[in-house]
Amino acid sequence: MTPEQGGRDSGASRPAEASPAFLALVLAGGLLFGFGLGISHMARPEVVLDFLQLEDFGLLFVMGGAAGVVGTTTVLAVRFLDDAPLTGRPYGRRLRDLDADVAIGGGIFGVGWGLSGICPGAGYASLGIGNLPILWGIVGMFAGAYVQGYLRSMDRSGTEEPAAAD
Amino acid sequence: MVTLLLSAFDQLFPHGIGRYAVGGVFVGLGVAVIYLGTSIQPGASTFLESTLSYVSGVKRFQQHRFTVSRDWRVVFTVGIVAGAGIYALTLGGGVWTTDVQWWRLLGGGVLVGVGTRLGKGCTSGHGVCGVGSGSSTSILNVAIFLAIASGTALAVQAAGVSP
Repeated sequence: MTPEQGGRDSGASRPAEASPAFLALVLAGGLLFGFGLGISHMARPEVVLDFLQLEDFGLLFVMGGAAGVVGTTTVLAVRFLDDAPLTGRPYGRRLRDLDADVAIGGGIFGVGWGLSGICPGAGYASLGIGNLPILWGIVGMFAGAYVQGYLRSMDRSGTEEPAAAD
Repeated sequence: MVTLLLSAFDQLFPHGIGRYAVGGVFVGLGVAVIYLGTSIQPGASTFLESTLSYVSGVKRFQQHRFTVSRDWRVVFTVGIVAGAGIYALTLGGGVWTTDVQWWRLLGGGVLVGVGTRLGKGCTSGHGVCGVGSGSSTSILNVAIFLAIASGTALAVQAAGVSP
């Protein structure tokens, strides 16, 4: 965007997202996230497929436990805290517009998840436990995201400028 | 009566619930730590698009929200890989490899990639962050993908594919 954002040498105008503290915190959060996916066995497609085949409902506790922690943290932060220290932005909830894409995308995601037993976060974690065959799935996810983005760009290139921010 | 309940529990949760609940809490803590510092609730799947912005000029990927977040999303993903690696080397008993066939992983991966980007989130973005935020959009998305995924997995199993 601006020249300052292009060059990393100017500390004062560097975006918050590039500060060492921001990146260190993101790394710490990622480590906890990945460790949790390891403990929960969600990094193993077989365990996810057992859940989807209604043979082991334990995975409900993974999503439930994680959403419970995030929900509690979100409610408390929105209510009691001011702006986030590393970005200066106010706390909010993760909200997305509801449209047909949410339902159609969820359906396509569901077919893929049910076929393979992998989703993005668990796929990365699976690589971490040494599961090299998961690279088939990760390559597939990148290919799918690329095709979707490419088609969407074609779709709108004649009628609409790309949004600066969503 | 108690025996009956215990046997029902064993059927629903043949491996108990401990490892699942504890793992889920760790996943939630990972998101919470980042959220408390930055006000961002990170999902795992935006990494796909934001990383494509390094190598593709396609307009969709060159949006500011992807180019500004792509570096930290790489760091987040490296953290997820490393965190799972630490688990494998400590509690997890070493390297583990799947027996699920390659075409299921590849084909499923493509559909997951399309679906998560069209649907604005995945198991973590909608399932953990969005549901945790009480977002009705996310709750609807999760209900749909859980039902369809279960139906798909059961159909593939019924067709005799294993694993």
